[in-house]
Amino acid sequence: MTEEPVIKLENVTKIYVLPTDQVTALNNVSLEIYKGEFVAIMGQSGSGKSTLLNQIGCLDVPTSGKLYIDGNDVSLLNDDQLTDLRRDKIGYIFQQFNLIPLLNLRENVEYPLILKTKKRDTTGYPEKLLEMVGLGTSRIMHKPKEISGGQQQRVAIARALVNDPTIILCDEPTGNLDSKTSIQVMEMLKDLNNQGRTIVMVTHDEETAAYAKRQILFSDGEIIEERFNDNS
Amino acid sequence: MIILDDIFFELSVRNVRLHFLRSLLAAIGIVIGVVAITSIGILGANMTQSVTADLSANGNVIMLSPQGGGFFSDDDDYISQKQLAKIEKTVGTENLVIAIYSDSDKITVGSEEGRASIYALDMDVLKNLVEVETGDYPTSLTSVVVGPSLAERYKLKVGSRIKIGDKDKEDPKQTTVRVSGILKERGMSMDLSSDNAIITMEKWFTNRYGDEGKYDQVNIVVADINAIDDLVDKLDHALNYRKDEVRIMDSGSLIESISATIGIIIAFMSAIGAISLLVAAVSIFNVMLMSVTERIKEIGILRSIGTRRSEIRRMFLYESAILGIIGSTLGAVFSLIGSFLLTYLMLNTTEYFFTMQSLIQIPYGILIGIVICVISGVYPAWKASNMDPIEALRAD
Repeated sequence: MTEEPVIKLENVTKIYVLPTDQVTALNNVSLEIYKGEFVAIMGQSGSGKSTLLNQIGCLDVPTSGKLYIDGNDVSLLNDDQLTDLRRDKIGYIFQQFNLIPLLNLRENVEYPLILKTKKRDTTGYPEKLLEMVGLGTSRIMHKPKEISGGQQQRVAIARALVNDPTIILCDEPTGNLDSKTSIQVMEMLKDLNNQGRTIVMVTHDEETAAYAKRQILFSDGEIIEERFNDNS
Repeated sequence: MIILDDIFFELSVRNVRLHFLRSLLAAIGIVIGVVAITSIGILGANMTQSVTADLSANGNVIMLSPQGGGFFSDDDDYISQKQLAKIEKTVGTENLVIAIYSDSDKITVGSEEGRASIYALDMDVLKNLVEVETGDYPTSLTSVVVGPSLAERYKLKVGSRIKIGDKDKEDPKQTTVRVSGILKERGMSMDLSSDNAIITMEKWFTNRYGDEGKYDQVNIVVADINAIDDLVDKLDHALNYRKDEVRIMDSGSLIESISATIGIIIAFMSAIGAISLLVAAVSIFNVMLMSVTERIKEIGILRSIGTRRSEIRRMFLYESAILGIIGSTLGAVFSLIGSFLLTYLMLNTTEYFFTMQSLIQIPYGILIGIVICVISGVYPAWKASNMDPIEALRAD
């Protein structure tokens, strides 16, 4: 491919220094993810898959090696620049939904937009996104704790989309959901991917991973297997 | 309103509302602190103003008293006829020189007994100083004028009789005088404190107490207030050239020293009040730390989806500022009421309450309260903003 990858890791190593020990969470990982891919990162707990997600999500920076997000070398960015990169390029979907409890559903979706534009939304875009994920106008003034887990995850998806990110990062997106709502959420992610969104998802669940076109298996901080799934 | 529209301000307001009771309790500390310093400040401003106003009316008086004697003069100290002549020569005729004999003695009016100050001075000088409200100035040796406060206390009228002295004593023995007039009220005055005194003719006084020509106090009412300093210097030169014989004080410097004393007392009281503000600061600090600890997860979420450190900091500083504004505003209301009552009880007047110097203490108090709250929130806010977002997200 001649196209630049949206995520590019070059020999990325992440070492956590503990008081008595050093843990190598990522060991010399190189990886390229292109626009429009749907990647599942799989592995046992402690395999380094969450660490990889934190690196890609710019919540942490590699100890050594290079990481480029949409062409930006994250090692050159300061904390504010990394924060802005998260805000503008990345949409997060967490296992525990992680909506802001003090804000209602509409405000939760609007929040990243406010961070970016520094003003309240007047275009009705958050409402449109909520409608798209299947939450009509009736519930948008509710607080997150007043709705079910599946509904919260839909709000989280709407929030992840509001700043039109380059990458959507999902950390065990169905881990806290029953099988029926899990399917609904995954179908939604699949639709987003079909619309051209790049999705990187960490999961240890095979059924969830099956939605991805590309599966990367991690163990002990290294990529041990890569599969392409053309059926999904 | 940029702040009110700020999403971080909104989050702070909601968090305060969510923990309303806790926030209110923390704010009570600030309420008490603000009430303490503001009330003391207002009381101080009222005291200073009322004392200054009383004294300023007499800002043109120079007081001379025998060195070592002063207000509590003992009999050996006096201002002599010779010194008085020097004084009169120095100040000239345009300034009023009041040479006063003073003593205090037992008095009996009807069946009531007590003590009173007895002054004697030249009747022409007296006429220059104070008018009679009713009756007339003394014309005979045994007639006196009395101050209005004394007259009220002993229910004296023109024609009333006062027995002066102890009836069991031989020298000087008890004598009776007649009230010929009651003086006008003068309030606090430097030249002659006549409100509570019996004023007799000089002759009567020296006949009874002796010491003719030995004055206890000489006061000078200066015609031109700007000439005071100059006159004080001249008097000092004339009287104390060889040896300090006469203590010279002008009412202006007395006012300054009284004001300075009040200032010190108020500063000391404010320092005690400030301790309550310190306690309040600790409680705000504690509540803010609690707020940060409870919201670690939320901070993690906010950070991970693109909230800057400075924005997290702002959110917590807003929160402590809100506590400060609530506490200080309540404090201002209470101190307005409290200090009004306090001023009335302590000074018996609220004449100076609604003045600039007095009421300016309220915005000062509010400002100090808010600033203290915000300062108390700095460390918790800093702590919140510097959390590792990954660690914070992992918290429950």
